[in-house]
Amino acid sequence: MTQIKEYSNLLLEAEETRNGTTPLTAIQGDFDVIKAYYVQLETIAEKVKSGRKITGKKIGLTSKAMQNLLGVSEPDYGHLLDDMVVENGGAISVKRLLQPKVEAEIAFVLKETLKGPGITPIDVLRATEYVLPSLEIVDSRIRDWKIKLADTVADNASSGLYILGGKPVKPEEVDLEMMGMVFEKNGEVVNTGVGAAALGHPATCVAWLANKLSEFDIALEAGEVILSGALSTAVNAQAGDVFTAKFAHIGQVSVHFTE
Amino acid sequence: MQGVYKELAEYLVKAETEKYETQRVTADLKSDLTVEEGYLVQEEIVKMKLAEGRKIIGPKMGLTSRAKMTQMNVDEPIYGYVFDYMLIENGGTVHLSDLIHPKVEAEIAFVIGKDIEGPGITGAQVLAATDYVVPALEIIDSRYENFNFTLPDVVADNASTSRVVLGNSLKKPATMDLDLVGVTMSINGEIKELGAGAAVLGHPANSIAMLANMLAKKGDKIRKGDVILSGAITGAVMLADGDQVVGKFDGFQDVTFKVQA
Repeated sequence: MTQIKEYSNLLLEAEETRNGTTPLTAIQGDFDVIKAYYVQLETIAEKVKSGRKITGKKIGLTSKAMQNLLGVSEPDYGHLLDDMVVENGGAISVKRLLQPKVEAEIAFVLKETLKGPGITPIDVLRATEYVLPSLEIVDSRIRDWKIKLADTVADNASSGLYILGGKPVKPEEVDLEMMGMVFEKNGEVVNTGVGAAALGHPATCVAWLANKLSEFDIALEAGEVILSGALSTAVNAQAGDVFTAKFAHIGQVSVHFTE
Repeated sequence: MQGVYKELAEYLVKAETEKYETQRVTADLKSDLTVEEGYLVQEEIVKMKLAEGRKIIGPKMGLTSRAKMTQMNVDEPIYGYVFDYMLIENGGTVHLSDLIHPKVEAEIAFVIGKDIEGPGITGAQVLAATDYVVPALEIIDSRYENFNFTLPDVVADNASTSRVVLGNSLKKPATMDLDLVGVTMSINGEIKELGAGAAVLGHPANSIAMLANMLAKKGDKIRKGDVILSGAITGAVMLADGDQVVGKFDGFQDVTFKVQA
């Protein structure tokens, strides 16, 4: 078994048993981001082989705060799969996850394929059918979220589940940069944000992703959902918690957690 | 007893006028100062300024974010007063030599169309009584060393009020969701702070309602024509010589000023 396969299996097992694993960077001192992306691609290939479908991609580490926390200057990315979708207003059993946190983001649904290099935010807006409010449930298969950049990249950028809500709005009808967002947990405002929190403009994040993935000969496909990056810090979730994100102009999205 | 508050007011106004930072009142001068007494000091400051011929533009709210209330261990915001000499025109200049150690934060201001008299005022009533909302940048400048103060201290110090830049674009409040207005504050082209209107007590109008209810406790009210700063949507950022500050508010024109020594 190759090392890439071995690490992928470690993460898959952690996901299945809901028992976090040792950070890969602690197992192997020189485990780097390139190797990590190949671990992620191996895990996704394994899931696709067992019948899962890729529904989209997500961009992580788009805020300065998160980048500082991990000591990086670039975002990262992960894959979205059909079994990660939760309906708007739906329930999530905490038993599905290890150590979930919730973030609010703007989702892009593409009508045209985007493949880098050289993709600009304008290309992204032109290729977007509509934007939607979304919640991303991030989760780490690494014990206690003790992640370095390579750990989270290998772990599919700590993707967990995602929820799309609101109403579809064409990107040219709204100012995504200045779109305000209020994030509530159990009816209380926990934080607020604005589109510019994601690298200055959410479309900049999607353009970054299209260009980054071209290094792996991967495209953002027509019809895919792209989660463009958190507009606020991630908030811990427990059974009984209700989360709602309200966005200017595009509506709201909510989810709750059960035992 | 009244003399004590007047003396403390003079102590704070002197620090403001002569632009030096001073020890907080509760450190030594009056260690048992209460919040109520803090407001008595503030009233003396207001009287002094009115006697000098200054005009009140309107009250302003402070400590309206959950983070600040938690930090100060309080469950109610505070208020102070903005005077005419504190206004800087949009695109204008703030001179550091006029101030002590200023910081800037982004807010939404309410231009009041009808008197609002508590108690029992809600955010919806505030919206109905508001002529316009205006984006604003508030420059706060505590007269205390290192912005180090307790709640009664900051109340006595007119809630750190110092300068205000109001935007030029007015909106009718009914035409927008003020809780969802996205805001960024950039200095020299880099976004330093951001947020949305809901950072202010869930909705900026809630802050004005709370002000009406707080004023009612002392038989006072919000007046037609008051321009009221509803509280910071963003964190406060220290200003430095040469800074170009831009506040962007979704649906409004930008509010800007520059900083010079």
